Amino acid sequence: MSIEARFIVQPGDAFTLNVDLRLPGQGVTAIFGPSGCGKTTLLRAIAGLEPCRKARLRIAGTTWQDEKTSLPPHQRPVGYVFQEASLFPHLSARRNIEYGLKRIPMSAQRISLDDAVTLLGLEKLMERRPAQLSGGERQRVAIARALAVSPKILLMDEPLAALDLQRKQEIMPYLESLQRQLEIPILYVSHSPGEVARLADEMVLLDNGMVQAHGDITEIFTRLDLPLAHSDKAAALIEATVAGHDDHYALTLLDFSGGRFAVSRKNLPIGHRARLRVIARDVSLTLAHQQDTSILNIFPATVETLSTENESQIMVRLKVGEVTLLSRVTRKSSTLLGLKPGKQVFAQVKSVALLS
Amino acid sequence: MLTAADYDALIVTLKLASLTTLILLLIGTPLAWWLARSRWRFKFLIESLIALPLVLPPTVLGFYLLIMLGANGPIGGAMTALGLQPLAFSFSGLVIGSVFYSLPFVVQPLQNAFASIGSRPMEVAATLRASPLDRFFSVAIPLARPGFLTAAVLGFAHTVGEFGVVLMIGGNIPGETQVLSIAIYDHVESLEYTQAHWLSAGLLIFSFLLLLSVYALNRQQLLLRS
Repeated sequence: MSIEARFIVQPGDAFTLNVDLRLPGQGVTAIFGPSGCGKTTLLRAIAGLEPCRKARLRIAGTTWQDEKTSLPPHQRPVGYVFQEASLFPHLSARRNIEYGLKRIPMSAQRISLDDAVTLLGLEKLMERRPAQLSGGERQRVAIARALAVSPKILLMDEPLAALDLQRKQEIMPYLESLQRQLEIPILYVSHSPGEVARLADEMVLLDNGMVQAHGDITEIFTRLDLPLAHSDKAAALIEATVAGHDDHYALTLLDFSGGRFAVSRKNLPIGHRARLRVIARDVSLTLAHQQDTSILNIFPATVETLSTENESQIMVRLKVGEVTLLSRVTRKSSTLLGLKPGKQVFAQVKSVALLS
Repeated sequence: MLTAADYDALIVTLKLASLTTLILLLIGTPLAWWLARSRWRFKFLIESLIALPLVLPPTVLGFYLLIMLGANGPIGGAMTALGLQPLAFSFSGLVIGSVFYSLPFVVQPLQNAFASIGSRPMEVAATLRASPLDRFFSVAIPLARPGFLTAAVLGFAHTVGEFGVVLMIGGNIPGETQVLSIAIYDHVESLEYTQAHWLSAGLLIFSFLLLLSVYALNRQQLLLRS
């Protein structure tokens, strides 16, 4: 149950996509990179929409494309969500969703119309024409339409990019429930670190048509040899489990391998797995465990590597238990504290965001 | 008022325009689809050929058709040799002439309609399991509907208004090849101005109403889609 994708595609004169990937057969894999790096071309190649110079594509043990054969797009069991909803303007929401559903054999149907409609919360919008729907609603119909063909893989090409912030927040919960409830792999193209931090498990970093890095998302976010750890909002992602609630102070306690986080109370059941994001600027370092501080989340940590950001700032990669944290400190502080690989410090986390 | 010959001319005209429009929609649709989609570098050659009747004097088109279809022409000769009637000065000959004459009026609106759909809806349909033929009928044709309406009406109206080509290859045989525009010409030649007025005003109003309905319908479509 995995995806093997090898492509050499030259859509224009200037650019070549050349990738050789093995992706997991479930969960969300983010395809990440700047515009023009080949993200969309990769999805189009998988869907069979882009002519390839060389291709080898195997999904869940079935060959879709190799030197000899290439399934035409309409015979590939994919669900494709385009950047713009691209609904058929002459059909109602219902008939848009039914369009693909009607074209698959009954025996291949694993997601019913009702499942797709409920998952995206479209019950009340079904009889509307696309022109009568908001941008966010249209994109939800487009996602339901892609799911209704019971795909073996869901390809999402920046489904939120054309929407404003409010619409993005309206759709995000639906995407998160897709990620939890579907048993098929999702390839999610994005150039927004915030989106992929909430949704993805694995991450493929593309740059100029080549794979720059590929691995666990928490690892890719914090690798100092990659661009994400040097952006203004560089952050570490931490998987944690709700351990309990402090009713007196209205806090929620979350355990991870390096200790226990306290965050403002969230209505989550004990045992719920959640992802936390800690931004590098919100992490300060001390040599001794401060007692007289307002910061609740302080963890013993080991300096792993350092990297110079600019004349005045240094990015420090730390290990807290099994988990990696990033801390952005000034070069002066770094010198005064004598930071170097292996050094034992305390990481003070000023704020932490609960992503899911 | 109107003579029996005028009514015959009206019926011949309507028959000719309907048949021509039907044939043009049948051959124009695949042709326009190909023109809208193809990236062949010499496509402009075909496009120029199709647009030719827009600028050519109808008599020139009629003259060459007469040469081709007449009893001594390559096509007419072959038909005579096979024991068939040559097509010149027959209703079938008129239909062939009208198909050439009105071709751009049907192909160009269809080509524009297909081109404006873009490739995205077709790609979406492909990812939703529709085969190429299936997506042509379930997506391209419905989305090009305003183009079909325009094409059909322009093709029909332009054939109704045909004069030069008919005169060259059809002649003026009442009940067979005499169409309205030629009947009007005949009336004026014979100084029968009343009948000429009736027919001319009738054609004028008919043509205006036809175009009015197309523009109104297309406007409505645009409002619905936006």
